[in-house]
Amino acid sequence: MTAPSTTEVPPLPARRDAPAAPVPRPRRSRPSRAGRTLHAGPVAYAILIVAVLVSAFPFYWTLVAASRSNADLAQVPPSLVPGPHLIRNFEAVLEEADIGKALLNSLIVSGSITLGTVLCCTLAGFAFAKLRFRGRGALLALTVGTMMIPPQLGVIPLFMMIAELGWVNQLQSVILPGLVSAFGVFFMRQYLVQTLPDELIEAARVDGASTARIFWSIVVPIARPGMAVLGLLTFMAAWNDFFWPIVALTSSEPTVQVALRQLGGGYVHDQSVIMAGTLLGTLPVLLVFGLLGRQIVGGIMQGAVKG
Amino acid sequence: MTLTAPATPPPAPAPPHPLPTPRREPTVRRAWRKASPYAYIAPFFTLFAAFGVFPLIYTAYVSLYRVELQTPGDMEWRGLGNYTALLGDEFFWTALRNTFTIGVLSTVPQLVMALGLAHLLNYRMRGRTFLRTAILLPYATSVAAATLVFAQLFGRDFGLINYVLGVVGIAPVDWQTGTVASQIAVSTVVVWRWTGYNALIYLAGMQSIPDELYEAAAMDGASRWRQFLHVTLPGLRPTIVFTVVVSTIGATQLFGEPLLLEGSISGGISHQYQTLGLYMYEQGWGFFHLGRAAAIAWVMFLLIVVLVGVNALIARRRSRKEAGR
Repeated sequence: MTAPSTTEVPPLPARRDAPAAPVPRPRRSRPSRAGRTLHAGPVAYAILIVAVLVSAFPFYWTLVAASRSNADLAQVPPSLVPGPHLIRNFEAVLEEADIGKALLNSLIVSGSITLGTVLCCTLAGFAFAKLRFRGRGALLALTVGTMMIPPQLGVIPLFMMIAELGWVNQLQSVILPGLVSAFGVFFMRQYLVQTLPDELIEAARVDGASTARIFWSIVVPIARPGMAVLGLLTFMAAWNDFFWPIVALTSSEPTVQVALRQLGGGYVHDQSVIMAGTLLGTLPVLLVFGLLGRQIVGGIMQGAVKG
Repeated sequence: MTLTAPATPPPAPAPPHPLPTPRREPTVRRAWRKASPYAYIAPFFTLFAAFGVFPLIYTAYVSLYRVELQTPGDMEWRGLGNYTALLGDEFFWTALRNTFTIGVLSTVPQLVMALGLAHLLNYRMRGRTFLRTAILLPYATSVAAATLVFAQLFGRDFGLINYVLGVVGIAPVDWQTGTVASQIAVSTVVVWRWTGYNALIYLAGMQSIPDELYEAAAMDGASRWRQFLHVTLPGLRPTIVFTVVVSTIGATQLFGEPLLLEGSISGGISHQYQTLGLYMYEQGWGFFHLGRAAAIAWVMFLLIVVLVGVNALIARRRSRKEAGR
């Protein structure tokens, strides 16, 4: 992945074919006589700060609970500051569930899914945005149409397939289906329709460039910010995916989410150890979020994320 | 779908987008030009066909058979047997009811609060970017992590929530065995994770409402509340319909939250918070009845179709009514 640029992703103008295409508009100062009070008052600040605290508190609590002993957690009143047992609890997690392996597996799975999805979807998005071929409209409609169908509905045949292939408990059983992202194709198509001028492609063709050459030298550089956003969203979704990994993998080859389920599934009764595991499983994606939160917000504000 | 180059391109109508041709192209090259777009969509569509579309359709087929997890190759025709068995299973009805009540308990507060937060975030203020990002923080966690933390907070004896309730003078609530209480606990996780996300979607929608509408409303003497009702809400309608549809679909397939609240596959001792998604997992991977699980999946699909259809109907009717005014 390229380092996401610091510039904001260009806003996508209104899409006719998508209901949810809210467009971030450049903010400009409005005349104050417009009737809308534009500056937030103390009440607005207060409510928002409460909302932020509610959003953040469970994370803080995870840290508190993960750094205390189980006996501390049974105290009344409960202590609200971190304690000294964080390392010990981490060690206990490593002992109870192979969290190290789980983290590595999650990294492999999420990394491959992100790279593969971004590549496949940029290729297909480019074709749908700028190339002409028979069946284009129908194929695009099919792709967009399936976006509304929850992937859970296909898990049984999918499981039968990977059982047939002997892939149960192997990472490719999670990676390959993860590369299918109808949303990603749609996202990249919209992005390229709006950011890539036809004239640029025509000029390149006049100069004798092949489509492949055009793709690598013109499309990819222009698509890079969009690819970065798609990559971020894909990575987070893949890291956090729960249902399919617990179906396809077992505790001997877990992703982080599968390992967390093990911890919470009654094998461990030590709450502080469970919280330590939760903390370990959440840290990487929190790190990504902390570094690139702005880009993620930008991507979602484009109305871009499937629920 | 043809992925390979056809030997002779079909007689094409005049290209809608004539490109300047500097010189005559050799036939082979022209053929490749016609075929090459398929090469760009091929990686996606190969995977999409195998892992996306095919399983979706095949689910319906599997639902008509008896298929057991240990022997997925042996399929025995059952006709509609899997479906009729569901109708006679009280836990199916419990799961259906739970899916509905948890869906309402999680979707309604989530979207209402998101609307309010979006409205506030739309003000000019210091630290706007920080606030927007911070409010999205829960979105970064996984279902598993979020549920485990909330399960701890909702603990009956030592949970922080019961402690706080106790300080206010409310008796401790058993968040796992009570039907309403446990469903509230499950919904809380959903509300916590998704409110900020929906707020950002609404915020984006609000920013695309033209200022002129507000100016005109202000000139007509509309108060800020009336502006919200008559300018903001109508302007957000497509966005609201979108979030309702997406949240409904999400609620229909709720799975991780009820599974991990206490780690039981049955969604509580008396199935009091088992959703359809969890029920399907229990049938398929707990009791090994894949055929029956496929039938449940198909019921979930029909449910989504009905709910989305109802949504679309309401949305259309409302906009027609408004157009008539």
